[in-house]
Amino acid sequence: MSKNPTLLEVSGVSVTFDGFRAINNLSFQIGSAELRAVIGPNGAGKTTMMDIITGKTRPDTGKVTYGRPGKNLLKMNESAIARVGIGRKFQRPSVFESQTVFDNLIMALKKSRSPLDVVFYRRDDSDVSKVEKLAAEIGLADQLQRLSGELSHGQKQWLEIGMLLAQDPQLLLVDEPAAGMTPEEREKTTDILRKAAETRAVVVVEHDMEFVRRLDCRVTVLHEGAVLAEGSIDHVTQDQAVIDVYLGR
Amino acid sequence: MERSFLIRQPSVLIFIGLLALFTIGATILSEGFGLGLISTSFIKTLGKTLCLCLIALAMDLVWGYCGILSLGHFAFFGLGGYMIGMWLMYARTEQIVINSLANAPLPPTSGEIRDAIGSQIFGVVGGSEIPTIWTFAHSFPIQLTLVVLVPGLLALVFGWLAFRSRVTGVYLSILTQAMTLALALYLFQNDSGLRGNNGLSGLQNIPGASNVSQDTISIWFLWASALALGLGYLFAAWLVSGKFGSVIRAIRDDETRVRYLGYSVEAYKLVVFVITAVIAAIAGALYYPQAGIINPAEIAPIASIYLAVWVAIGGRGRLYGAIIGAAFVSLISSWFTSGQVPDVPLGFYTVKWVDWWLVLLGFGFVLVTLYAPKGLGGLFDRLVRRQDA
Repeated sequence: MSKNPTLLEVSGVSVTFDGFRAINNLSFQIGSAELRAVIGPNGAGKTTMMDIITGKTRPDTGKVTYGRPGKNLLKMNESAIARVGIGRKFQRPSVFESQTVFDNLIMALKKSRSPLDVVFYRRDDSDVSKVEKLAAEIGLADQLQRLSGELSHGQKQWLEIGMLLAQDPQLLLVDEPAAGMTPEEREKTTDILRKAAETRAVVVVEHDMEFVRRLDCRVTVLHEGAVLAEGSIDHVTQDQAVIDVYLGR
Repeated sequence: MERSFLIRQPSVLIFIGLLALFTIGATILSEGFGLGLISTSFIKTLGKTLCLCLIALAMDLVWGYCGILSLGHFAFFGLGGYMIGMWLMYARTEQIVINSLANAPLPPTSGEIRDAIGSQIFGVVGGSEIPTIWTFAHSFPIQLTLVVLVPGLLALVFGWLAFRSRVTGVYLSILTQAMTLALALYLFQNDSGLRGNNGLSGLQNIPGASNVSQDTISIWFLWASALALGLGYLFAAWLVSGKFGSVIRAIRDDETRVRYLGYSVEAYKLVVFVITAVIAAIAGALYYPQAGIINPAEIAPIASIYLAVWVAIGGRGRLYGAIIGAAFVSLISSWFTSGQVPDVPLGFYTVKWVDWWLVLLGFGFVLVTLYAPKGLGGLFDRLVRRQDA
């Protein structure tokens, strides 16, 4: 553990929506450079957990701290959380379809976000080459001048992952990256995520066990808003409680 | 290195060229400087139209690019007009008062001059005191600063409150309507200090230029309006050409996603709202000296709705679309409402265009929305593309 200090710590978090307890005393930690899969049946609280970390939802109780020294994420808004280095990919691909792949990536590139700096921003060669390098990583090198709305579903997913990487986050939250992808596209997505996790923390929310198995990483199983089991994929798939609530169905 | 935005957007240079040709052409044909083929009142109409194009440009920035459907930008336009109108009216009245008191047996004191100005301007609302908000009305540079400052501050405070609470979509539109309505109702009051429903008048007379004819003054304002529109267009094109343009269009399309990229959406909206309010105010400050009169009815909620209709008809999200829409609709509108269009007698009923013009405009708006959702500017795009292919 000392080689991989804790980056994100969620402790004792609960949130209730209209009497429904979506997250129930949830606690877990993510290390600085690790790939983690979060699985669980529908309604287990996976997306709500991401909403809490990224500032979209405020929990009723509990603490969420990030980095070292620990910053209290519950006191920050979405854009401030993004600026300290937490990137989020949504379930449906959300890229800016009326703009080119290049413009999407330039917008995401880690630079000052203040309106004044952005007004006077003019891209230089180093930014262009960064974008080109990223585009090559996500397999969109020859699509840079296309409108991103014209891309295929899989390419949009990669573009969004590319935009996340351009932000250079320390923690990447990825919601169902493989949904709607062909087997080849899934394989490539796995490669991109594993490579990203070499230098940063990547949390992947997924329902698809096959995809999780291919990621080959530590797995956290959520059920009714709390951690049910945690460990390697083989460990959790043999856990009787997990089999009962999730795999047994 | 990035190429200049002028090279990437050739339409900007085309627009500036056309604007220059138009202005020079109108001057050559005018009564003031040339052949006398265009009447002075029509020169004023053209100059006013250029100002309306400028506020349409602002509307396109805030709505077409940033997705904020503000239905209150005429409040800023009107405030700009009021700020310059205060100086125009005060300084001219001061001249008149000084001239009329010049023959008095004793030279008038400055207090007497002030009282006389007060009763001249405010007699109509039953007062003679000069209200506090007129403190700087004697000074052209200060009132000129206020043209920018007052609407800018109003936009800053209103925008900060609205965007901070994440009011969006139709709720924001309603809030902006409420803002302009509240301002209009306030100004309608006689004790608002701005002459209630009488508004400010005689604004076509420029202090210090009493022996210059209106023929000449109309040309001055035509050129000033054209210059403001040209500069405004260049500024807007520059603003939307780079990353700032990318970010505000992204906010229009999916503001939540922009937030997760680390951009403070509220700050960007506020910047765009304030900038466009200031552009609208400058347009208003040039418009009302040509109109000659401003009263609170000018900033009634309907005016801002018309503005949105112009931009929708012209095509939002493209700067020339806003210009086409504002010029086309406002010129046709002044033609139809001028009484020059022959009425259509149907025997049992006579179609009077002064009344029926609004029906026609509404019908046109529906047609554009249904058959050319990108507006007239969008049709223009299609023609250009067909030539390319």
